[in-house]
Amino acid sequence: MIAYLARRALVLAATLVVASLVVFTTIEIVPGDPAAYMLGLNASPETVMALRRELGLERSGFARYLDWSTGMLRGDFGVSYTYRTPIAGMIADRVTVSLPLALFALTLAIAVALPAGLLAASRRGGALDTAVMGFTQIGIAVPNFWFAMLLVLLFAIELRWLPSGGFPGWQAGVGTALRALILPSIALALPQAAILARVLRSALLDTLGEDYIRTARAKGLSPRATLWRHALRNAMIPVLTIIGLQFSFLLAGAIIIENVFFLPGLGRLVFQSIASRDLVVVESVVMLLVFAVVMVTFLVDLAYAWVDPRLRR
Amino acid sequence: MRLRSLIPGALLVLLVVVAATVSIVWTPYDITRLVIADRLQPPSATHWLGTDQYGRDIVSMLMIGARTSLVVALVAVGIGAGLGVPLGLLAAARRGTLVDEAIMRMNDLVFAFPALVIAIMITAVYGAGAVNAIIAIGIFNVPVFARLVRGAALSLWTREFVLAARVAGKGTARISFEHVLPNLASLLVVQATIQFSLGILAEAGLAYVGLGASPPTPSWGRMLAESQTLVSIAPHVALFPGLAIVGAVLGLNLLGDALRDWLDPRLRHAR
Repeated sequence: MIAYLARRALVLAATLVVASLVVFTTIEIVPGDPAAYMLGLNASPETVMALRRELGLERSGFARYLDWSTGMLRGDFGVSYTYRTPIAGMIADRVTVSLPLALFALTLAIAVALPAGLLAASRRGGALDTAVMGFTQIGIAVPNFWFAMLLVLLFAIELRWLPSGGFPGWQAGVGTALRALILPSIALALPQAAILARVLRSALLDTLGEDYIRTARAKGLSPRATLWRHALRNAMIPVLTIIGLQFSFLLAGAIIIENVFFLPGLGRLVFQSIASRDLVVVESVVMLLVFAVVMVTFLVDLAYAWVDPRLRR
Repeated sequence: MRLRSLIPGALLVLLVVVAATVSIVWTPYDITRLVIADRLQPPSATHWLGTDQYGRDIVSMLMIGARTSLVVALVAVGIGAGLGVPLGLLAAARRGTLVDEAIMRMNDLVFAFPALVIAIMITAVYGAGAVNAIIAIGIFNVPVFARLVRGAALSLWTREFVLAARVAGKGTARISFEHVLPNLASLLVVQATIQFSLGILAEAGLAYVGLGASPPTPSWGRMLAESQTLVSIAPHVALFPGLAIVGAVLGLNLLGDALRDWLDPRLRHAR
């Protein structure tokens, strides 16, 4: 296990280094002069020179990359050009919105998908199974931002039960803040729940065909107990994998959903930065998102190896 | 074959394809002419699905939007399969070598960049446009195809007909394309359908946040973005583009399911 862990950690580190090179090259090297780009066409040569000095652009690309990457390791993401504040602080503020949103949605998705998948699998071929599968088919096809708009129309504009957007901040109280995240989380959870329910159903159907299930039934265990005690536990492995694989979709979804509800999360930050051509912020947020995806994949791999020793090749 | 998912799936896909194709030569109204007097009209006999905030006919917008969606998703699948399939074949043919390892690690690297993140980077540097969406979704598709092809091709390389071809003196490249690839066709068709539907969803999402097709090119995602502030006074403006996306994606998914059942008889009993 130690050797496996060390090898995986090495691959993780290498992936992050190459990914950071890709991000840096795409955003800082490819455009030619980032300072001229950030200031736009009407900037005077003097202002461009000043910004070049401020960003340290007269140094070689490699020196700048080393500065940027080692800075991030220390938690220093540089200073935003438009806001004139340290990017690390801005990101930390935004993460307190994006992360709870993603976790809230994931919890909701699992809470809906587990009973739905179980129900469908246990009534395979029945009316309930058909209904659940029909719903999941639609859940996968509905774009979450459109679903979000429909939720706003119904629950915020017509019924006035929940806010249509904005975020009061956690200092306004946990209840008030969570209220603002209810509709965004439901919208974000819909496709995830649909996918998870489908995966759980087919994983359950696969395990229900295994020999140990027949043995359990032959020993007199009821179908319900067999499903819960034997099938569900083994079906959870593919479900966990999908949760890990879906993480990048959850992240992307959160970024888009934040725009529907005007939530001040990482998604809003990155789009405001694109609009104001604040490349330094874009670069940092992108790297953070890539880091999150790589880390989740890594953790899922580890969990997998922990559950199934055969995978520690 | 499952007729109950084939027929509705095929009909929905056909509807979108026909709408997109007809829009090249004809749309009910000219969407480049803004008629402010006709703005935000509800569905009627003259405008079947109503008009938007600039008085443009929504049916016409949806037809051209279908074209944008299909072109972006189709080219993105083309990029994904065009690069991913040869890479997967190569990795399988050179299994266990440095080439295989390099291709698989490259796959892992690309997996770390969700399509949205790629689109964010391209847009930050080059500005918005449909081409960004195509590149972002296309790159995202490459490792999907590469992994699928490598996995399936590995088992084919142990089969007798491939061994026979090797004994006959054929090189790895020829075996890959003449013997391995044809046996992967059904798998690829099904995966292409899935990636196609994912591509339509992704294009809509990117266009919605301003990372896709830029005005005046109509796109379902941007129609939704523009309708967001109007949803309370004219819900139809927000309703129809969303239904169009759902219809296209649902159609492709149903078609994909039916194709998979048809092409892979082993799965027939499992569903």
